[in-house]
Amino acid sequence: MTSTTIERPGRTGGPGTGPPASTSARRGRFRVRITGSAIGDRVYGAAVTAFAICVPLLLLLIAIEIASAGWPAFRRFGFSFLTSSAWDPVKGTFGAAPAIYGTLVSSLLALLLATPLALGVAVFLSEFAPRAIRQPVAFLVDLLAAIPSVVYGLWGIFVLVPVLRSPVMPFLRDTLHLGGIPLFSGPAYGPSMLAAGVILAIMILPYISSVSREVLLAVPRSQREAALALGATRWETISGAVIPFAKSGIIGGIILGLGRALGETMAVTMLIGNRPQISASLFAPGYTMASLIANEFSEASGDLHLSALMAVGFTLFVITLIVNGIARWLVWQVSRSAGGRAG
Amino acid sequence: MTAPAPAAGAAGAAGVAASGGMLRPPGSEAARGSVAARRFSFWYGAKQALTEIDLDIAPRTITALIGPSGCGKSTFLRAVNRMHDLVPGTRHEGKILLDGRDVYDPSVDPTTLRRRVGMVFQRWNCFPKSIYDNVAYGPRINTSLPRAQLDQIVEASLRRAALWDEVKDRLRQSALSLSGGQQQRLCIARTLANDPEVLLLDEPASALDPIATQKIEELIFELKRELTIVIVTHNLQQAARASDYTAFFYLGRLIEVGSTERMFTAPREERTNSYITGRFG
Repeated sequence: MTSTTIERPGRTGGPGTGPPASTSARRGRFRVRITGSAIGDRVYGAAVTAFAICVPLLLLLIAIEIASAGWPAFRRFGFSFLTSSAWDPVKGTFGAAPAIYGTLVSSLLALLLATPLALGVAVFLSEFAPRAIRQPVAFLVDLLAAIPSVVYGLWGIFVLVPVLRSPVMPFLRDTLHLGGIPLFSGPAYGPSMLAAGVILAIMILPYISSVSREVLLAVPRSQREAALALGATRWETISGAVIPFAKSGIIGGIILGLGRALGETMAVTMLIGNRPQISASLFAPGYTMASLIANEFSEASGDLHLSALMAVGFTLFVITLIVNGIARWLVWQVSRSAGGRAG
Repeated sequence: MTAPAPAAGAAGAAGVAASGGMLRPPGSEAARGSVAARRFSFWYGAKQALTEIDLDIAPRTITALIGPSGCGKSTFLRAVNRMHDLVPGTRHEGKILLDGRDVYDPSVDPTTLRRRVGMVFQRWNCFPKSIYDNVAYGPRINTSLPRAQLDQIVEASLRRAALWDEVKDRLRQSALSLSGGQQQRLCIARTLANDPEVLLLDEPASALDPIATQKIEELIFELKRELTIVIVTHNLQQAARASDYTAFFYLGRLIEVGSTERMFTAPREERTNSYITGRFG
């Protein structure tokens, strides 16, 4: 026989002269007190613990599996596997640098394009949009995340790439005279790093904007009132009080988008041009780790080729882990400097 | 020219006129910071929250607004510095005058108004920034002062809020590391940094323990020498202790207003008497 009582901790911040609200961390938590025999609880506890252990275990097993499969390539080429640009399955030399570079640059480009746009959408939807259009627009933006990646690829090939090739790239290079900067120099290929970056930006936009929207909506009214009552305009309230309050959540949303961009395969493969080269220009084709694996896995010739692809997969895995680690650290830093609020 | 007399003795003379449209003729020099309502009504959508409020609040006095929950006292307080502006579906009739000028006049910039009429809320709402940045927030958005001057304003404001000695060594620490009472005084300091003429307090001590409450009350009493203070409170003892004048609101109407001493000893209205003796509310 087991009885469980749930106690609500002392109400914080209510009227009256009770003890002061001690810490915000206590708010909303419940203390569960268990009395009576607890065999059922132990079984239950063991079961959920086992489930919880399963997930990191799975992650670890995947990592070990990929690492060991890629080990021959790592041993053969050593550190130059990460730094060499020579990817030639026929000669049997494999260097993943162009794919690593392409993954990082296309994702970064996507972040640069998507973040301001997504933040704008989030601020509009949470602060300015009339109630009647808030839900429909939010729904439509979220719908971007539901479009299959291959459809983005098709749209990219038939709409985005031609548009980039004829007006956009010459406009950036010649009309705006940005051609002197290596990023915007060179001939305007259609499939390119730029095309991949733009399509990735569209694909990750809903992630960043919907997370940002939620955290902006969760900013307490008291914070807005505080800024308003100090003579802030509406814009000053949003930029000086609301967004800073939501900062760590917004960074979390951006990281989520970055994670998506790093691993995105199909649309990028269809648009990036799939050429293993490092070019300073965004107009030139490139390659990403994910598209490299997707393109070559089915026709991998020989054990070394296969192992090299596994090694690329492992590298992508590690880079994603590192990026996420940095992101966690960043969120933690921001929320700590903001005064110990949980991020 | 009358010096700003300590209002305690000269109860009716300098202070709040009785409700009902009888306006006290404006003083010859009228110290800055007088607030008056003229047949002021307010609606949230179709629901009327205030009905034809007439109230005069003299400079450098403390006026307590009391009444049961939902009586409109907070609504009135927020109307003074137009905090309702961003709430959709609200509207008003009548006037609220700040130094004789209608705050709802189209020529009045609400941000300027809110600098002159500061507000402190029931639940302290410090920004998740450092103590310094919290106090400097108002001056920073409203002016572009050099650093040294900003430092002075921050120190002076913290001193006025009786918080300087407690935080002077940790101005760079997060405001959220302070205790509740300290945070509330920090919110007052933040408001004072704008150098307002009127300070509106919406149940500033209702979530504080008795010692912190006492500090806030002492602080309010000190600030009276420089500011007009309007305080909404549920705590009748607090109103009796800390205020010069008391206004009793009930069901959106101003029932009675007068010197606090008279209101608590000889209320004229039966409903006031019932409320302050605890028969309802």
